[in-house]
Amino acid sequence: MGKYLLRRFAVNLILVAVAASLAYLLAASSLHPRANFAGRNPAPAVEVVDAALDDANINDKTPLLQRYGTWAAGVVHGDFGKTWEGGSVNDEMGRRIGVSLRLLFIGTVLGSALGVMVGAWAAIRQYRVSDRVIGVSSFVIMAIPVFVVATMLMIGVVGLNRAAGSTLIEYTGEYNPTLTGLDQLANRLNHLILPTISLCLGQIAYYSRIQRNMMLDVLGQDFVRTAMAKGLRRRTALFKHALRTALIPAATYFAFAFGTLLTGATFTEKIFGWHGMGAWLVDSIYTNDVNSVAAVNLFAAVCILIAGFLSDVIVAALDPRVRVS
Amino acid sequence: MRNKVVLRRLLANRQARYGLIALALLVVLAYFGPYIGAHDWSEKDFLSFLSAPSADHWWGTNQIGQDIYAVTLHGMQKSIVIGLLVAVISTGLAALVGASAGYFGGWLDRAMTWCVDLLLVLPSFLVVAVISPRLKNASWLWLVVLLAVFGWMITSRVVRSMTLSLREREYVLAARYMGIPGWRIILRHVLPNLSSLLIIDATLNVSGAILGETSLSYFGFGVQPPDVSLGTLIAAGSDKAVVYPWLFFFPAGLLVLLVLSVNLIGDGLRDALDPGSTR
Repeated sequence: MGKYLLRRFAVNLILVAVAASLAYLLAASSLHPRANFAGRNPAPAVEVVDAALDDANINDKTPLLQRYGTWAAGVVHGDFGKTWEGGSVNDEMGRRIGVSLRLLFIGTVLGSALGVMVGAWAAIRQYRVSDRVIGVSSFVIMAIPVFVVATMLMIGVVGLNRAAGSTLIEYTGEYNPTLTGLDQLANRLNHLILPTISLCLGQIAYYSRIQRNMMLDVLGQDFVRTAMAKGLRRRTALFKHALRTALIPAATYFAFAFGTLLTGATFTEKIFGWHGMGAWLVDSIYTNDVNSVAAVNLFAAVCILIAGFLSDVIVAALDPRVRVS
Repeated sequence: MRNKVVLRRLLANRQARYGLIALALLVVLAYFGPYIGAHDWSEKDFLSFLSAPSADHWWGTNQIGQDIYAVTLHGMQKSIVIGLLVAVISTGLAALVGASAGYFGGWLDRAMTWCVDLLLVLPSFLVVAVISPRLKNASWLWLVVLLAVFGWMITSRVVRSMTLSLREREYVLAARYMGIPGWRIILRHVLPNLSSLLIIDATLNVSGAILGETSLSYFGFGVQPPDVSLGTLIAAGSDKAVVYPWLFFFPAGLLVLLVLSVNLIGDGLRDALDPGSTR
C-alpha cells in the first residue's frame, strides 16, 4: 500500500514537471510582452525595451528553449522569475496563494461533504417529494455556469442591502482593512459568504447526483439487509455499511470535481474582487506576463495532483480490498 | 428495429421529451427569431441607448444602441454551432484514441494513457486561456479546434476501458483470426458496440462545450469581436446587471435553458439506450 502510494507520488512529480514545462512553453510562445511597451508615448528605445525584457527573461529575441532553460533552472531552485514589470513572481504568489487556498479548501470541504449528505439523503428518500426537489434543483444548478450564479447572487445581495438600508452582506473584496480584532474576523467571514455559496453550489449538485446513484446501487444489496437483519438500527446500517461503501466511487470523482472547482474559483475571485491565483491568471494573460501565467499553471497542476493523490488515499482508507492488494 | 426501440423509449422518457421540445424551440428561436424582430443585430439605434424592454426593442438595448433581442439570438446561433462542432470532434477523437489504445495495447496504450493523464493535470480552461491571445484576429473555428482538442480525455478513458473487454469477445477474436486489420476491426466491431456510450457522451459534450465556450468568452479568451456569442454577451451584461438587468438576464437565461435542455436529452438517452433499463 505505502509502496503503491509512493510510486504514484513519483509519477505525479514527473507529470507536474512535464505539465508545467508545457504550460511555460505555451505561455511563452503565445503571449507577447513586447506589445506592452509598444503603446507607450514617447516610444521607448529598442535597447531599453530589450533590456527590460531580458531582465525578466521574456525577450522574444532570445530562443524559446534558452528562455525555458533559464526559467526551469530558476523553478528548480524555487525561483519563479520576474513579472513583466520586474517584480518578483514569488512575492506576488506568496500574497495570493493563501487567498486561493482558503477559497478552494472551503469549497472542497463544504461542497463534497454537503453534496454527499444531500445525495445520500435523497437516495434514502427515493421518489418522495424531497428526493424529487433535490434531483430537479441539482440538475438545474449544474446547468448554470459559475459566473451566472455569482452575478445573480450579487444582484440579489445588492437588492437586499438596498432594501435593508445598510450593507448586510459584503459583495466585493476579502476584508475591510480599517477594522481590527473580532470585527475584522466577522467582516472576513461576511466577505466569504457569497464566494463560498457560488463555489459550493455546483459542487454540491455534482456530488449529490453521483452519491444518490451510488447509494441507490448499494441500498439494494444483501449486506445492508444483513446488517439490519442482525439487529443494527437503520441509521447505523445506513451510515456504517451503505454510505461507506457508496462513498468509494464518489471519492474517485474527487480529483475531477476539483478541476472544475479550480476553474470556478477563477470566476469567483474575479467577480467578487478577491486577489487570488485565478484572478492573477486572468490579469497576467491580459498583460502578457509569461512567468506569472506559468506560475499559476504550475500551481493548478500541483493542486490537481494533490487532489488526485488525496482521492487515492481516501479510496484506500475506505476500501479494504485496495489496502490488501 | 433497434433504432425504433430506442426512439420509442426516448420519447416515452419524460425528461428527454421535455428536453427535445425545449431544444427544438430554442433552435427555432435562434434561427427564425431574428426574422420576426424589428431590428438587425448589427444595427445601432442612436436614439435609444440602454433603454429598457419596450414595444420597439423587445428585450431592450445596450450602451451602443444594439437591439438585445437580435444580438442575443445571433450570439445563441454561434454558441449552438460551437457546441455541436466541438462535441462531434471531441467525441470522435475520444473514440479513436480510446479504442485504439484499448485494442492495440502495448506501448501505444501506455503512451496514450500517459498523454491523457498529462492533459488532465492542466484544466482545459487554463490551457485554452493561455493560448487564446493567438485567437485574436483568427477565425472562431480555431476556438472550436482548441475546445475539441482539450476536451476528449475523460470520454476516451471510458472508451478505452470498454474496448479492453470488447477485445476478448468471440466475434472480435474471429475477425482477428481471419486476418482483418486492426483499424477495420475497430471501425466495424468495436466502435459500433460503443455507439450508445458515444451518443450519450456526444450529447453531454454539447452542453460541456457550450459552457466551456461561454466561460472562456466571459474573460475575452473565447469568441473575439466582431463575432458575438452568449458568453461575450453575458460578459458585457454582467457588470451592468444591477442597473440594467435586461443586458444580463436574457443571454444568461437562454444559456441556462440551452444547457439544461441538452442535459435533459443526454440523461434521457442514457435511460433509453441502456439495455438494462426497464422502461
